[in-house]
Amino acid sequence: MPITLRVNGTSRTVDVPPDMPLLWVLRDELDLKGTKFGCGMAQCGACTVHLNGNPTRSCVLPVSAAAGAAITTIEGLSPDGSHPVQRAWEAVDVPQCGYCQAGQIMSAAALLQRTPKPTDAQIDEAMNGNLCRCATYLRIREAIHRAADTGAAR
Amino acid sequence: MTLTLDRRDFLKVTAVAGGGLLIGTWMAPRAASAAPGAVTFEPNVFIRITPDGVVTLISKNPEIGQGVKTSLPMLVAEELDVPWESVRVEQAMSDRARYGSQSAGGSTATPGHYDMMRQTGAAARHMLVAAAAATWGVPAAECTTGGGSVHHHASRRMLRYGELTARAATMPAPVLADVKLKDPKDFKIVGTRVPGVDNPAIVRGRPLFGIDVTVPGMHYAVYQKSPVFGGTVAQANLDQIRRLPGVTHAFVLEGGTSLAGLLGGVAIIARNWWAAQQARRQLQVTWNEGPTAAQSSEGFARRAAELATETPQRTLRDDGDCAAALAGAARVVSAEYHYPFLAHGTLEPMNCTASWADGKMEIWAPSQSPQSGTQLVARTLGIPEADITVHMTRVGGGFGRRLANDYMVEAAAITREAGVPVKLVWSREDDIRHDFYRPAGFHYLKGGVDSAGRLVAWQNHFISFGEGQQFAQSAGIAPTDFPGLFVPNFRLDVSVMPLGVPTGFLRAPGSNALAFVAQSFIDELAHAAGKDPLQFRLDLLADRGMMRDGERDVIDASRIRGVLEAVRDQSGWGRGSLPRGRGRGVAFHFSHRGYFAEVVEVEVSSDNALRVTEVWVAGDIGRQVVNLSNAENQVQGSVIDGLGEAFEQEITVTGGKVDQSNFHDFPLIRLTQSPPRIHVHFVRSDNTTTGLGEPALPPVVPALCNAIFAATGRRVRSLPLTKQGFTVG
Repeated sequence: MPITLRVNGTSRTVDVPPDMPLLWVLRDELDLKGTKFGCGMAQCGACTVHLNGNPTRSCVLPVSAAAGAAITTIEGLSPDGSHPVQRAWEAVDVPQCGYCQAGQIMSAAALLQRTPKPTDAQIDEAMNGNLCRCATYLRIREAIHRAADTGAAR
Repeated sequence: MTLTLDRRDFLKVTAVAGGGLLIGTWMAPRAASAAPGAVTFEPNVFIRITPDGVVTLISKNPEIGQGVKTSLPMLVAEELDVPWESVRVEQAMSDRARYGSQSAGGSTATPGHYDMMRQTGAAARHMLVAAAAATWGVPAAECTTGGGSVHHHASRRMLRYGELTARAATMPAPVLADVKLKDPKDFKIVGTRVPGVDNPAIVRGRPLFGIDVTVPGMHYAVYQKSPVFGGTVAQANLDQIRRLPGVTHAFVLEGGTSLAGLLGGVAIIARNWWAAQQARRQLQVTWNEGPTAAQSSEGFARRAAELATETPQRTLRDDGDCAAALAGAARVVSAEYHYPFLAHGTLEPMNCTASWADGKMEIWAPSQSPQSGTQLVARTLGIPEADITVHMTRVGGGFGRRLANDYMVEAAAITREAGVPVKLVWSREDDIRHDFYRPAGFHYLKGGVDSAGRLVAWQNHFISFGEGQQFAQSAGIAPTDFPGLFVPNFRLDVSVMPLGVPTGFLRAPGSNALAFVAQSFIDELAHAAGKDPLQFRLDLLADRGMMRDGERDVIDASRIRGVLEAVRDQSGWGRGSLPRGRGRGVAFHFSHRGYFAEVVEVEVSSDNALRVTEVWVAGDIGRQVVNLSNAENQVQGSVIDGLGEAFEQEITVTGGKVDQSNFHDFPLIRLTQSPPRIHVHFVRSDNTTTGLGEPALPPVVPALCNAIFAATGRRVRSLPLTKQGFTVG
């Protein structure tokens, strides 16, 4: 069934079952590999994208539920990697293996959109659904504060 | 063979293979390309300088998050004397003939390459200087380098490296061991904070990982194996599966008997991964489950309790007279310790892409040991190694899981059978249920202190897994493991039971479990002796230096003392009092050539809710830390990783199958469960620079449990903590 999606500002039509999770449409049909598969049951947050600006676990979201919404993936967060969260992640040298970081960055960017100067408690609440197996958590928190200080509101 | 011997043998083989083979390739000056004016200077397999001045450094080992893709090139760039900003780093292909051994394990990359990488950079610099000196007709000794150029100050002349490539390529290569290296006080790159070279691609979501590989014409595969380890397919409803939407192939692979090789199962191939995974829901397989179906965690615990009452099967060490010393001790403590099986849970699930065409196998693999993977594929499928090409992708977490290459041989077997390129991706359930687990273990301990509060006897009957004299992988103990060599009356007995569950290396293998036992029990003895736990450890070390077992150096007591004293001072140990419900614990451990002591502070509420408030770490990995940013990241990650293992993680087995399946029942530690502050201090001792992927992990588990004792008076002798009535975050 053809479904039209708005991904990173571009209209894309895919012919897939309506219950196919958005994650696999992005990765296997649209060749957007930045959004990651970690668990398939919204436990780890590696697949986080923005749906109309809200952080959403794409591994459990049927593609049909995303039709018509504005979908932003890590590839579309900024045209050139200049989003304050991306810059902060590089400056703080957050990643170890790096696999979870796209999801972390998408969750952090959504947080800062709503809460430009988050407290540690607000960061905890917004980020606790994103697992980092390398446990870069202290740097994730530091990078979010740094992004907030450099002005993440967009 | 014991665990320690396993590890050491692995190190030795790695070192020999790396060193020996590399001499052959690096030392031969590489032919320069012929076109004049467009000569690339490639003095060895790790460096390429083009006339435009671009310096490309080749990273030979897999990058699994330990940071080698940044740190090893840093060493080359330092001695080559080029600005880090001018360097590009390329991931090498898996190629033993060209690069020697390429693997990520045992925290070996730094000690194994520290000198070698510096020498390759220095040799290239030597040739560039020689080229400039010849161009100017001045002695090389009058030339200096800096900023990617050679300078002759007397005549105020300068040539950029890019301008020297053609001539440098004709210069004789120096003998590596004779090349002059920088005085470390002149380092400009090594010892600084250098962000990971892949960070820009990571934060932009560029395809880097194995799971991101795309090959033209590629299909997607899932592979269903027997939930009971070692089971094989008796029958499967393949005809029905083949008719499902998107499915292009479904077939059975027979597989062999090695749990680390290709096991029997059903492959389902589809146009996208989700279609393959959906089809799996309709799959009905009758399995020949085999003998492991009779094994369970409950059975292991029962058997361990029986074995503990029987005569030990073997005695690994028997110093002094433990029985007499215990009989004469002022205080004797007996305790039973236990720790569970653990999975790795790398966030990138196991995956591999493979393409079979014209008798050649091309593989893209996130593997920690791609060369072993090549051998496994060659052996299993009967393909000559020369016809197998392996691309090394960035690896979304290793932790030892990807030292096994089961996913690689599966992808290769599936693509050969299907006749189309295939990307095999495991589900998280596949990953949790088909790991090579950190083995569980049981320790039955007795210790004694004399009337002066000195540790005089230590006896352990360790119940583990294996057959006869052989421990299962990572299930061993060494006769010199602490506190062996330090206690006058010391006895280590072992008994093993058979295990059909595959086990393997988990970050700081052996140590991640054994340190919990030794450093918790020594804490018990310190309290029995009425001594401060940190001082009790220092007293045991006394003024000893290198401890030897026969002729062999085992552990340097002075380096343990160094980190213990550092963490004591840094944490303010013993100074001031803590609020009610708070406590501090200390532990140290030596593994992977690194010495670490750690202090953990916890807060435990009246209803046993646990929170780690602060951690102090002192580590001694020698005289140099290569990349300070990554070093701190590794240590903090190791600490949180260890806490996560102790908090909630446990793999249990029922009927030969793993009971857990995903992160809801095998939870990874989360942000809110992590301590807000982890202080990292490196003690710079005059020793060889060693690795950091693992040695910071083992002490945190006992330091945590010792802190819980300090806070509550409750001694934790079995993990995970959530099974002991604690809640965490």
